[in-house]
Amino acid sequence: MSDATVDPRFRRKPPKRPLRLSWADERIRGIVWQVLVVGVIGSIIYWLWSNTVHNLEVRRIATGFGFLNREAGLPIAEHLIPYDPTDTYLRALTVGVLNTLKVAVVGIVLATILGTTIGIMRLSKNFLVSKIAGFYVEVIRDLPLLLQLLFWYTVMQGLPGPRQSMNPVEGVFLSNRGLLMPALQWEGAHTAAVLASVAGIVLAWLYGRSARAKQMADGQPRRIWPAAVALILGLPIAVWLALGAPWTISWPALRGFNFRGGMSISPEYAALLIGLVTYTAGFIAEVVRAGILSVNTGQWEAAQALGLRSGSVLRLIVLPQALRVIIPPMTSNYLNLTKNSSLAVAIGYQDIVSIANTTLNQTGQAIEGIAIIMAVYLTISLSISLFMNWYNARIALVER
Amino acid sequence: MTRAGPEAGAVPAPRFTHTATNDLGHETKMSAALETDGFIASSVRTDAPPAIVLDKVNKWFGALHVLRDVDLQVALGERVVVCGPSGSGKSTMIRCINRLETHQEGRILVDGIELSDDLRALDAIRREVGMVFQSFNLFPHLTVLENCTLAPIWVRKMPKKHAEELAMEYLTRVKIPEQAKKYPGQLSGGQQQRVAIARALCMKPKIMLFDEPTSALDPEMIKEVLDTMVMLAAEGMTMICVTHEMGFARQVADRVVFMDRGEIVESGTPEAVFNDPKTERLQLFLSQILRGH
Ligand SMILES: Nc1ncnc2c1ncn2[C@@H]1O[C@H](COP(=O)(O)OP(=O)(O)O)[C@@H](O)[C@H]1O
Ligand SMILES: [Mg+2]
Repeated sequence: MSDATVDPRFRRKPPKRPLRLSWADERIRGIVWQVLVVGVIGSIIYWLWSNTVHNLEVRRIATGFGFLNREAGLPIAEHLIPYDPTDTYLRALTVGVLNTLKVAVVGIVLATILGTTIGIMRLSKNFLVSKIAGFYVEVIRDLPLLLQLLFWYTVMQGLPGPRQSMNPVEGVFLSNRGLLMPALQWEGAHTAAVLASVAGIVLAWLYGRSARAKQMADGQPRRIWPAAVALILGLPIAVWLALGAPWTISWPALRGFNFRGGMSISPEYAALLIGLVTYTAGFIAEVVRAGILSVNTGQWEAAQALGLRSGSVLRLIVLPQALRVIIPPMTSNYLNLTKNSSLAVAIGYQDIVSIANTTLNQTGQAIEGIAIIMAVYLTISLSISLFMNWYNARIALVER
Repeated sequence: MTRAGPEAGAVPAPRFTHTATNDLGHETKMSAALETDGFIASSVRTDAPPAIVLDKVNKWFGALHVLRDVDLQVALGERVVVCGPSGSGKSTMIRCINRLETHQEGRILVDGIELSDDLRALDAIRREVGMVFQSFNLFPHLTVLENCTLAPIWVRKMPKKHAEELAMEYLTRVKIPEQAKKYPGQLSGGQQQRVAIARALCMKPKIMLFDEPTSALDPEMIKEVLDTMVMLAAEGMTMICVTHEMGFARQVADRVVFMDRGEIVESGTPEAVFNDPKTERLQLFLSQILRGH
């Protein structure tokens, strides 16, 4: 430790050891191994590259990304942005990326909620609850994901046709064409309300911070949630009302053999989402359980002996320590879910892999197609990793 | 009631401090009471109502009967040392006093308040009772200072600045103010236990419970923790200490309680209990302790 009172004699720097040119020298060995590894990897990359270039020349395949501006002529059932088969490959691939993100983002949120719930259930003192959670985790983790996805897709296919569709609530239909729900006609006022809600979250966070600072100054704890609720919910409602409170609902209705209007969740998306969420939740449950168990019961006891109530113990003592154990494996589960979403190909959900696959079949631009898939996954994965690493660093334990 | 301590106001009989492991007479920075006598004058207040009352307390873990009709009264300012073989229920008894364990029969009163399911009574009691554990149980993600200010801020609703001043005061008392910004993992065991004592004191408790505070420490660190406890005793703190440090018991205890198999078997002054054991169980226990040391 940097102690100001240390005797100056002990401040001497350690001596530098001269490099000995001998195989017995640990550092010489290290350098030799590093040179060898770099050399071998470099040679392999060079060989792959020259081989590819040679093969492309022999087969007279033009390389480059020029095909992206050509018409795709490729039908896509689900798209978050307007899309037509006459659009370009670039737009088709963008639709694919958005479809991947749609399943990954929603999947990560739902898997975290479900996994945390099951992980806590497994720690329950109630015998039945903990056994059910344990059974779920074991079964889900032992079956291959592809099998589970096919199972859910079969379940979706087994639903009745549109004409016999289940109609549990007015305006909601469940059939083998998916789940149909009433939808709000989206207008500028709704976008404004969403933005107001985001602003409300930021303001609530700032308010919480200042309330905490005031508590530190005068000791009086302040109730944060009434103001937070007002900001996060009240603000968007006020904005929406101010903009004339537009409210047009589009109801789904059976026309011929299919539904028109409303909002739909396709059976392919539902099967993929349910499969990914239930599968990943099994792993997240174990991560959460291990994280909570990693906090010694002595921590609970010491905090309670000091007079803190359970809620405060959880918030101030247990969670900060458990999160440090939970975050790193959580990151790899998020990455797994995202990468596993490429199994969408198997059940006909058009994600980036599916669309890039069709593209490279139609254009013959295999290398570019694979490169695009790799670039997309790399970008998404790196973004998740960077965010989680940032979060982890923020709460990192300085010393144990 | 089996109290056998010196009467209030009476001059206590001199006691011996003769174990080699913690000969506290050599400590130079001790409080005045220690420098002169080597033992501490009794601070028992028989005029005030008792600080702790255990009345026919029974407890089971499943089918295991761990506390059997335990009766114990601790007066304000009294220092009780509890000893007994491992598994005899010493920890369970003192953990019942701040309700880290719940008893199933009998009554426990702390500072006049009866322990029950009433959360407000529990809050009030935990505020008055500090506890020090064998395994320190410091919060590893908080600095030494934050460990000490946590409860004053969140339980006593103290402004942070006051809490920090208070914490520095107690860290100075346990002689580690320079470690305030460090994390518990950077300290030695003895230093960690002293932080744990300071952390408990920051709540200004009326009663302190110690559960084998030196059992997890290397021999050279035992003394620094015992010295801190002697200092507390000299200030008149009401204390219950589970410990096998006989030198400490002889020096500070008004009363030694011997437990075995969930029962209080013998109770009396350190001399009476250590020099003149009445029961076979205590004789056996003392012979084992002395052989172990
Ligand atoms: N949480 C618990 N669950 C079940 N049995 C326990 C628990 N805690 C302690 N015991 C048992 O209760 C008895 C008394 O334990 P304890 O009070 O820790 O003894 P001591 O502190 O005197 O060594 C022991 O037999 C121990 O095994
Ligand atoms: Mg014990």
